[in-house]
Amino acid sequence: MASSKTSTDEFIKGLWNENPVFVQVLGMCPVLAVSNTAMNALAMGLATAFVLIMSNIVVSSLRSFIPKQVRIATYILIIATFVTVVDYVIQAVSLDLYKALGAFISLIVVNCLILGRAEAFASKNTVARSTMDGLGMGIGFAFALFCLGAVREILGNGSLFGAALFHDSFEKWVVMILPSGGFFTLAGWLLLFNWLKQRKAKKEATTSLGLRKEVA
Amino acid sequence: MVDDSLWTIFINASLVNNFVLAYFLGICPFLGVSSKLETASRMGGAVTFVMLVSSICAFGIQTLLVAIDAPYLKLIAFIAVIASTVQLVEMFIKKVSPALFRSLGIFLPLITTNCAILGLALFQTNKGYGFVQCIVYALGAGAGFTLALVLMAGLREKLELAEVPDVTRGTAMALMIAGLLSVTFMGFGGLGG
Repeated sequence: MASSKTSTDEFIKGLWNENPVFVQVLGMCPVLAVSNTAMNALAMGLATAFVLIMSNIVVSSLRSFIPKQVRIATYILIIATFVTVVDYVIQAVSLDLYKALGAFISLIVVNCLILGRAEAFASKNTVARSTMDGLGMGIGFAFALFCLGAVREILGNGSLFGAALFHDSFEKWVVMILPSGGFFTLAGWLLLFNWLKQRKAKKEATTSLGLRKEVA
Repeated sequence: MVDDSLWTIFINASLVNNFVLAYFLGICPFLGVSSKLETASRMGGAVTFVMLVSSICAFGIQTLLVAIDAPYLKLIAFIAVIASTVQLVEMFIKKVSPALFRSLGIFLPLITTNCAILGLALFQTNKGYGFVQCIVYALGAGAGFTLALVLMAGLREKLELAEVPDVTRGTAMALMIAGLLSVTFMGFGGLGG
Protein backbone atom coordinates (compact mmCIF):
# COMPACT_ATOMS: atom_id res chain seq x y z
CA MET A 1 0.00 0.00 0.00
CA ALA A 2 1.37 3.38 -0.95
CA SER A 3 1.92 5.55 2.11
CA SER A 4 0.63 8.61 0.27
CA LYS A 5 -2.88 7.21 0.53
CA THR A 6 -4.84 8.86 3.29
CA SER A 7 -7.19 6.85 5.44
CA THR A 8 -10.11 8.51 3.67
CA ASP A 9 -8.91 6.90 0.45
CA GLU A 10 -8.92 3.50 2.16
CA PHE A 11 -12.49 4.17 3.17
CA ILE A 12 -13.71 5.38 -0.23
CA LYS A 13 -12.14 2.58 -2.27
CA GLY A 14 -14.29 -0.06 -0.59
CA LEU A 15 -17.44 1.84 -1.46
CA TRP A 16 -16.93 2.11 -5.18
CA ASN A 17 -13.65 1.38 -6.98
CA GLU A 18 -13.00 -1.91 -5.20
CA ASN A 19 -16.54 -2.67 -4.15
CA PRO A 20 -16.36 -6.22 -2.74
CA VAL A 21 -19.48 -7.47 -4.51
CA PHE A 22 -19.74 -5.62 -7.81
CA VAL A 23 -16.05 -5.34 -8.63
CA GLN A 24 -14.18 -8.07 -6.73
CA VAL A 25 -17.07 -10.58 -6.75
CA LEU A 26 -16.19 -11.87 -3.27
CA GLY A 27 -18.47 -13.37 -0.67
CA MET A 28 -21.14 -14.37 -3.12
CA CYS A 29 -22.94 -16.99 -1.05
CA PRO A 30 -24.64 -14.72 1.50
CA VAL A 31 -25.11 -12.07 -1.17
CA LEU A 32 -27.36 -14.32 -3.19
CA ALA A 33 -28.94 -16.31 -0.41
CA VAL A 34 -30.38 -13.67 1.89
CA SER A 35 -31.04 -10.83 -0.53
CA ASN A 36 -34.67 -11.76 -1.19
CA THR A 37 -35.93 -8.78 0.80
CA ALA A 38 -34.30 -5.41 1.45
CA MET A 39 -34.53 -5.86 5.23
CA ASN A 40 -32.79 -9.24 5.27
CA ALA A 41 -30.14 -7.97 2.91
CA LEU A 42 -29.42 -4.89 5.00
CA ALA A 43 -29.26 -6.87 8.25
CA MET A 44 -26.90 -9.38 6.70
CA GLY A 45 -24.77 -6.58 5.26
CA LEU A 46 -24.47 -4.84 8.62
CA ALA A 47 -23.68 -8.10 10.44
CA THR A 48 -20.94 -8.87 7.94
CA ALA A 49 -19.63 -5.31 8.15
CA PHE A 50 -19.39 -5.57 11.94
CA VAL A 51 -17.46 -8.84 11.78
CA LEU A 52 -15.22 -7.42 9.08
CA ILE A 53 -14.36 -4.28 11.03
CA MET A 54 -13.74 -6.11 14.30
CA SER A 55 -11.63 -8.84 12.72
CA ASN A 56 -9.64 -6.24 10.80
CA ILE A 57 -8.93 -4.38 14.04
CA VAL A 58 -7.91 -7.50 15.96
CA VAL A 59 -5.86 -8.99 13.15
CA SER A 60 -3.97 -5.76 12.52
CA SER A 61 -3.26 -5.17 16.20
CA LEU A 62 -1.96 -8.73 16.60
CA ARG A 63 -0.12 -8.77 13.31
CA SER A 64 3.37 -8.84 14.81
CA PHE A 65 2.49 -11.65 17.26
CA ILE A 66 0.89 -14.15 14.90
CA PRO A 67 3.40 -16.67 13.50
CA LYS A 68 3.28 -16.82 9.73
CA GLN A 69 2.66 -20.58 9.53
CA VAL A 70 -0.55 -20.61 11.51
CA ARG A 71 -1.90 -17.24 10.43
CA ILE A 72 -4.87 -18.52 8.41
CA ALA A 73 -6.05 -20.74 11.25
CA THR A 74 -5.67 -17.82 13.68
CA TYR A 75 -7.64 -15.49 11.42
CA ILE A 76 -10.44 -18.03 11.10
CA LEU A 77 -10.62 -18.42 14.87
CA ILE A 78 -10.76 -14.64 15.37
CA ILE A 79 -13.50 -14.36 12.75
CA ALA A 80 -15.44 -17.30 14.20
CA THR A 81 -15.41 -15.65 17.62
CA PHE A 82 -16.99 -12.44 16.33
CA VAL A 83 -19.49 -14.36 14.21
CA THR A 84 -20.61 -16.28 17.29
CA VAL A 85 -21.13 -12.93 19.06
CA VAL A 86 -23.20 -11.56 16.16
CA ASP A 87 -25.17 -14.80 15.95
CA TYR A 88 -26.22 -14.61 19.59
CA VAL A 89 -26.89 -10.85 19.48
CA ILE A 90 -29.24 -11.16 16.50
CA GLN A 91 -30.99 -14.07 18.18
CA ALA A 92 -31.53 -11.91 21.27
CA VAL A 93 -32.60 -8.74 19.45
CA SER A 94 -34.93 -10.06 16.77
CA LEU A 95 -35.98 -13.68 16.61
CA ASP A 96 -37.86 -13.15 13.33
CA LEU A 97 -34.75 -11.84 11.64
CA TYR A 98 -32.74 -14.70 13.08
CA LYS A 99 -35.16 -17.20 11.59
CA ALA A 100 -35.15 -15.45 8.21
CA LEU A 101 -31.36 -15.40 7.99
CA GLY A 102 -31.00 -18.91 9.40
CA ALA A 103 -27.65 -20.62 9.11
CA PHE A 104 -26.30 -17.83 6.93
CA ILE A 105 -25.26 -15.79 9.96
CA SER A 106 -22.94 -18.59 11.02
CA LEU A 107 -21.75 -18.87 7.45
CA ILE A 108 -20.23 -15.37 7.67
CA VAL A 109 -17.20 -17.29 8.99
CA VAL A 110 -16.41 -18.66 5.56
CA ASN A 111 -17.15 -15.41 3.71
CA CYS A 112 -14.02 -15.09 1.60
CA LEU A 113 -14.26 -11.29 1.77
CA ILE A 114 -13.43 -11.21 5.51
CA LEU A 115 -10.56 -13.68 5.34
CA GLY A 116 -9.39 -11.94 2.18
CA ARG A 117 -9.20 -8.52 3.87
CA ALA A 118 -7.49 -10.01 6.93
CA GLU A 119 -4.84 -11.65 4.78
CA ALA A 120 -4.42 -8.99 2.13
CA PHE A 121 -4.80 -5.82 4.17
CA ALA A 122 -5.08 -6.05 7.94
CA SER A 123 -2.02 -8.27 8.35
CA LYS A 124 0.18 -5.61 6.73
CA ASN A 125 -1.28 -2.30 7.88
CA THR A 126 -1.75 -0.25 11.03
CA VAL A 127 -4.84 -0.51 13.20
CA ALA A 128 -6.24 2.86 12.11
CA ARG A 129 -5.81 2.10 8.43
CA SER A 130 -7.31 -1.37 8.80
CA THR A 131 -10.30 0.06 10.64
CA MET A 132 -10.95 2.47 7.77
CA ASP A 133 -10.51 -0.34 5.27
CA GLY A 134 -12.93 -2.53 7.20
CA LEU A 135 -15.44 0.32 7.42
CA GLY A 136 -15.25 1.03 3.70
CA MET A 137 -15.41 -2.59 2.60
CA GLY A 138 -18.14 -3.37 5.12
CA ILE A 139 -20.33 -0.47 4.07
CA GLY A 140 -19.65 -1.23 0.41
CA PHE A 141 -20.72 -4.81 1.01
CA ALA A 142 -23.86 -3.77 2.89
CA PHE A 143 -24.68 -1.25 0.15
CA ALA A 144 -24.31 -3.88 -2.58
CA LEU A 145 -26.48 -6.32 -0.65
CA PHE A 146 -29.10 -3.63 -0.20
CA CYS A 147 -29.07 -2.85 -3.95
CA LEU A 148 -29.73 -6.52 -4.71
CA GLY A 149 -32.31 -6.97 -1.97
CA ALA A 150 -34.21 -3.82 -2.95
CA VAL A 151 -34.46 -4.81 -6.61
CA ARG A 152 -35.57 -8.32 -5.73
CA GLU A 153 -38.15 -7.17 -3.22
CA ILE A 154 -39.59 -4.43 -5.44
CA LEU A 155 -39.96 -6.70 -8.45
CA GLY A 156 -40.78 -9.93 -6.67
CA ASN A 157 -43.07 -8.68 -3.96
CA GLY A 158 -44.05 -5.17 -5.06
CA SER A 159 -42.83 -3.69 -1.79
CA LEU A 160 -39.81 -2.13 -0.09
CA PHE A 161 -39.06 -2.86 3.59
CA GLY A 162 -42.45 -4.54 3.71
CA ALA A 163 -44.38 -1.43 2.60
CA ALA A 164 -46.39 -1.95 -0.59
CA LEU A 165 -45.32 0.27 -3.46
CA PHE A 166 -47.73 -0.53 -6.24
CA HIS A 167 -51.43 -0.84 -6.81
CA ASP A 168 -52.98 -4.27 -6.25
CA SER A 169 -53.06 -4.93 -9.97
CA PHE A 170 -49.23 -5.16 -10.02
CA GLU A 171 -48.23 -8.59 -11.25
CA LYS A 172 -45.47 -9.90 -8.98
CA TRP A 173 -42.38 -11.38 -10.59
CA VAL A 174 -42.28 -14.41 -8.35
CA VAL A 175 -39.07 -15.64 -9.93
CA MET A 176 -37.18 -12.71 -8.35
CA ILE A 177 -37.84 -13.99 -4.83
CA LEU A 178 -36.83 -17.52 -5.82
CA PRO A 179 -33.15 -18.51 -5.86
CA SER A 180 -32.82 -18.03 -9.61
CA GLY A 181 -33.84 -14.38 -9.21
CA GLY A 182 -30.73 -13.83 -7.10
CA PHE A 183 -28.48 -15.00 -9.91
CA PHE A 184 -30.33 -12.89 -12.48
CA THR A 185 -30.31 -9.72 -10.38
CA LEU A 186 -26.62 -9.98 -9.59
CA ALA A 187 -25.89 -10.68 -13.25
CA GLY A 188 -27.85 -7.54 -14.11
CA TRP A 189 -25.88 -5.37 -11.67
CA LEU A 190 -22.59 -6.81 -12.93
CA LEU A 191 -23.63 -6.01 -16.50
CA LEU A 192 -24.35 -2.44 -15.47
CA PHE A 193 -20.96 -2.11 -13.78
CA ASN A 194 -19.14 -3.67 -16.74
CA TRP A 195 -20.91 -1.30 -19.09
CA LEU A 196 -20.02 1.73 -16.96
CA LYS A 197 -16.40 0.58 -16.78
CA GLN A 198 -16.19 0.07 -20.53
CA ARG A 199 -17.76 3.41 -21.26
CA LYS A 200 -15.30 5.13 -18.93
CA ALA A 201 -12.36 3.33 -20.54
CA LYS A 202 -13.57 4.32 -23.98
CA LYS A 203 -14.01 7.94 -22.95
CA GLU A 204 -10.50 8.06 -21.49
CA ALA A 205 -9.10 6.51 -24.66
CA THR A 206 -10.78 9.08 -26.89
CA THR A 207 -9.80 12.07 -24.74
CA SER A 208 -6.16 11.00 -24.61
CA LEU A 209 -6.29 10.51 -28.38
CA GLY A 210 -7.74 13.99 -28.77
CA LEU A 211 -5.00 15.46 -26.59
CA ARG A 212 -2.32 13.76 -28.64
CA LYS A 213 -3.81 15.21 -31.81
CA GLU A 214 -3.81 18.70 -30.32
CA VAL A 215 -0.17 18.34 -29.33
CA ALA A 216 0.71 17.17 -32.81
CA MET B 1 -34.18 -37.13 15.50
CA VAL B 2 -36.46 -36.68 12.50
CA ASP B 3 -37.96 -39.58 10.63
CA ASP B 4 -37.36 -38.54 7.03
CA SER B 5 -36.59 -41.62 4.98
CA LEU B 6 -33.03 -41.89 3.70
CA TRP B 7 -34.15 -41.72 0.08
CA THR B 8 -36.06 -38.49 0.73
CA ILE B 9 -33.02 -36.96 2.38
CA PHE B 10 -30.79 -37.91 -0.53
CA ILE B 11 -33.12 -36.55 -3.22
CA ASN B 12 -33.76 -33.46 -1.17
CA ALA B 13 -30.08 -32.63 -0.69
CA SER B 14 -29.01 -33.43 -4.24
CA LEU B 15 -31.86 -32.18 -6.44
CA VAL B 16 -34.71 -30.33 -4.74
CA ASN B 17 -32.62 -28.20 -2.41
CA ASN B 18 -29.42 -28.38 -4.40
CA PHE B 19 -26.68 -26.79 -2.31
CA VAL B 20 -25.39 -24.59 -5.08
CA LEU B 21 -28.51 -23.66 -7.00
CA ALA B 22 -31.07 -23.38 -4.21
CA TYR B 23 -29.03 -22.58 -1.08
CA PHE B 24 -26.24 -20.63 -2.82
CA LEU B 25 -23.55 -22.49 -0.94
CA GLY B 26 -20.15 -22.97 -2.51
CA ILE B 27 -20.65 -20.31 -5.15
CA CYS B 28 -16.96 -19.37 -5.19
CA PRO B 29 -15.67 -22.75 -6.44
CA PHE B 30 -18.83 -23.02 -8.54
CA LEU B 31 -17.81 -19.90 -10.47
CA GLY B 32 -14.07 -20.41 -10.15
CA VAL B 33 -13.52 -24.07 -11.04
CA SER B 34 -16.32 -24.56 -13.53
CA SER B 35 -14.55 -23.55 -16.72
CA LYS B 36 -13.22 -27.06 -17.49
CA LEU B 37 -15.17 -30.32 -17.29
CA GLU B 38 -12.17 -32.34 -16.10
CA THR B 39 -11.29 -30.13 -13.13
CA ALA B 40 -14.95 -29.67 -12.25
CA SER B 41 -15.62 -33.37 -11.79
CA ARG B 42 -12.44 -33.89 -9.75
CA MET B 43 -13.27 -30.93 -7.56
CA GLY B 44 -16.74 -32.40 -7.06
CA GLY B 45 -15.22 -35.68 -5.92
CA ALA B 46 -12.87 -34.00 -3.44
CA VAL B 47 -15.66 -31.83 -2.02
CA THR B 48 -17.96 -34.82 -1.62
CA PHE B 49 -15.27 -36.68 0.29
CA VAL B 50 -14.54 -33.76 2.62
CA MET B 51 -18.29 -33.32 3.14
CA LEU B 52 -18.65 -36.95 4.16
CA VAL B 53 -15.77 -36.86 6.63
CA SER B 54 -16.66 -33.50 8.15
CA SER B 55 -20.31 -34.49 8.40
CA ILE B 56 -19.34 -37.52 10.49
CA CYS B 57 -17.00 -35.40 12.64
CA ALA B 58 -19.63 -32.67 13.04
CA PHE B 59 -22.13 -35.24 14.27
CA GLY B 60 -19.64 -36.41 16.89
CA ILE B 61 -18.78 -32.86 17.96
CA GLN B 62 -22.40 -31.83 18.26
CA THR B 63 -23.12 -34.83 20.50
CA LEU B 64 -20.09 -33.99 22.63
CA LEU B 65 -20.91 -30.25 22.87
CA VAL B 66 -24.48 -30.98 23.92
CA ALA B 67 -23.13 -33.41 26.51
CA ILE B 68 -20.76 -30.83 28.05
CA ASP B 69 -23.36 -28.07 27.65
CA ALA B 70 -21.30 -25.71 25.50
CA PRO B 71 -23.23 -25.19 22.24
CA TYR B 72 -21.71 -21.74 21.74
CA LEU B 73 -18.44 -23.43 20.78
CA LYS B 74 -20.18 -25.13 17.83
CA LEU B 75 -19.04 -22.76 15.11
CA ILE B 76 -15.42 -22.59 16.24
CA ALA B 77 -15.23 -26.37 16.69
CA PHE B 78 -16.77 -27.06 13.28
CA ILE B 79 -14.46 -24.75 11.40
CA ALA B 80 -11.42 -26.15 13.19
CA VAL B 81 -12.48 -29.69 12.32
CA ILE B 82 -13.11 -28.83 8.68
CA ALA B 83 -9.75 -27.12 8.36
CA SER B 84 -7.95 -30.12 9.80
CA THR B 85 -9.97 -32.57 7.69
CA VAL B 86 -8.96 -30.73 4.57
CA GLN B 87 -5.35 -30.80 5.73
CA LEU B 88 -5.59 -34.56 6.29
CA VAL B 89 -7.22 -35.19 2.93
CA GLU B 90 -4.50 -33.13 1.31
CA MET B 91 -1.72 -35.19 2.91
CA PHE B 92 -3.56 -38.44 2.13
CA ILE B 93 -4.04 -37.62 -1.56
CA LYS B 94 -0.44 -36.43 -1.83
CA LYS B 95 0.76 -39.78 -0.49
CA VAL B 96 -1.63 -42.05 -2.42
CA SER B 97 -1.91 -40.30 -5.75
CA PRO B 98 0.55 -37.50 -6.51
CA ALA B 99 -0.98 -37.09 -9.98
CA LEU B 100 -4.40 -36.29 -8.61
CA PHE B 101 -2.80 -33.98 -6.03
CA ARG B 102 -1.11 -31.96 -8.76
CA SER B 103 -4.24 -31.69 -10.87
CA LEU B 104 -6.31 -30.35 -7.98
CA GLY B 105 -3.64 -27.85 -7.04
CA ILE B 106 -4.70 -24.78 -5.11
CA PHE B 107 -8.36 -25.82 -5.01
CA LEU B 108 -7.70 -28.48 -2.41
CA PRO B 109 -6.78 -26.14 0.47
CA LEU B 110 -9.50 -23.74 -0.65
CA ILE B 111 -12.13 -26.33 0.22
CA THR B 112 -11.73 -25.08 3.80
CA THR B 113 -13.48 -21.84 2.94
CA ASN B 114 -16.13 -23.56 0.86
CA CYS B 115 -19.30 -22.61 2.65
CA ALA B 116 -21.09 -25.69 1.35
CA ILE B 117 -19.15 -27.79 3.83
CA LEU B 118 -19.73 -25.64 6.90
CA GLY B 119 -23.32 -25.19 5.70
CA LEU B 120 -23.78 -28.93 5.56
CA ALA B 121 -22.49 -29.33 9.12
CA LEU B 122 -24.81 -26.56 10.37
CA PHE B 123 -27.89 -27.74 8.49
CA GLN B 124 -27.61 -31.32 9.66
CA THR B 125 -27.33 -30.07 13.25
CA ASN B 126 -30.33 -27.76 12.83
CA LYS B 127 -32.40 -30.53 11.31
CA GLY B 128 -31.45 -32.94 14.07
CA TYR B 129 -30.41 -35.79 11.81
CA GLY B 130 -29.16 -39.09 13.22
CA PHE B 131 -25.86 -40.68 12.30
CA VAL B 132 -26.96 -42.63 9.19
CA GLN B 133 -29.12 -39.72 8.05
CA CYS B 134 -26.08 -37.42 8.31
CA ILE B 135 -24.05 -39.69 6.06
CA VAL B 136 -26.81 -39.88 3.46
CA TYR B 137 -27.32 -36.12 3.66
CA ALA B 138 -23.60 -35.52 3.08
CA LEU B 139 -23.56 -37.92 0.12
CA GLY B 140 -26.63 -36.25 -1.39
CA ALA B 141 -25.21 -32.77 -0.95
CA GLY B 142 -21.91 -33.87 -2.48
CA ALA B 143 -23.69 -35.47 -5.44
CA GLY B 144 -25.75 -32.33 -5.95
CA PHE B 145 -22.65 -30.12 -5.79
CA THR B 146 -20.81 -32.30 -8.31
CA LEU B 147 -23.84 -32.38 -10.61
CA ALA B 148 -24.21 -28.60 -10.59
CA LEU B 149 -20.47 -28.08 -11.13
CA VAL B 150 -20.30 -30.54 -14.03
CA LEU B 151 -23.42 -29.15 -15.74
CA MET B 152 -22.06 -25.64 -15.41
CA ALA B 153 -18.65 -26.65 -16.76
CA GLY B 154 -20.26 -28.35 -19.76
CA LEU B 155 -22.27 -25.25 -20.59
CA ARG B 156 -19.32 -22.93 -20.17
CA GLU B 157 -17.10 -25.07 -22.40
CA LYS B 158 -19.68 -24.70 -25.16
CA LEU B 159 -20.05 -20.99 -24.58
CA GLU B 160 -16.32 -20.42 -25.01
CA LEU B 161 -16.94 -20.79 -28.73
CA ALA B 162 -20.08 -18.68 -28.90
CA GLU B 163 -20.08 -15.01 -29.77
CA VAL B 164 -21.50 -12.92 -26.98
CA PRO B 165 -21.45 -9.14 -26.44
CA ASP B 166 -18.27 -7.90 -24.75
CA VAL B 167 -20.12 -6.63 -21.69
CA THR B 168 -21.43 -10.05 -20.73
CA ARG B 169 -18.09 -11.89 -20.84
CA GLY B 170 -16.97 -13.46 -17.57
CA THR B 171 -18.82 -13.51 -14.29
CA ALA B 172 -22.01 -11.83 -15.49
CA MET B 173 -22.62 -14.53 -18.06
CA ALA B 174 -21.71 -17.31 -15.64
CA LEU B 175 -24.30 -15.93 -13.24
CA MET B 176 -26.98 -15.84 -15.90
CA ILE B 177 -26.28 -19.49 -16.79
CA ALA B 178 -26.46 -20.33 -13.10
CA GLY B 179 -29.82 -18.56 -12.91
CA LEU B 180 -31.18 -20.63 -15.78
CA LEU B 181 -29.84 -23.83 -14.21
CA SER B 182 -31.49 -22.83 -10.97
CA VAL B 183 -34.84 -22.38 -12.75
CA THR B 184 -34.38 -25.83 -14.28
CA PHE B 185 -33.70 -27.40 -10.90
CA MET B 186 -36.93 -25.93 -9.59
CA GLY B 187 -38.59 -28.51 -11.80
CA PHE B 188 -37.54 -31.15 -9.27
CA GLY B 189 -39.66 -29.34 -6.69
CA GLY B 190 -42.26 -32.00 -6.05
CA LEU B 191 -39.86 -34.95 -5.83
CA GLY B 192 -38.60 -35.20 -2.27
CA GLY B 193 -41.26 -33.21 -0.45
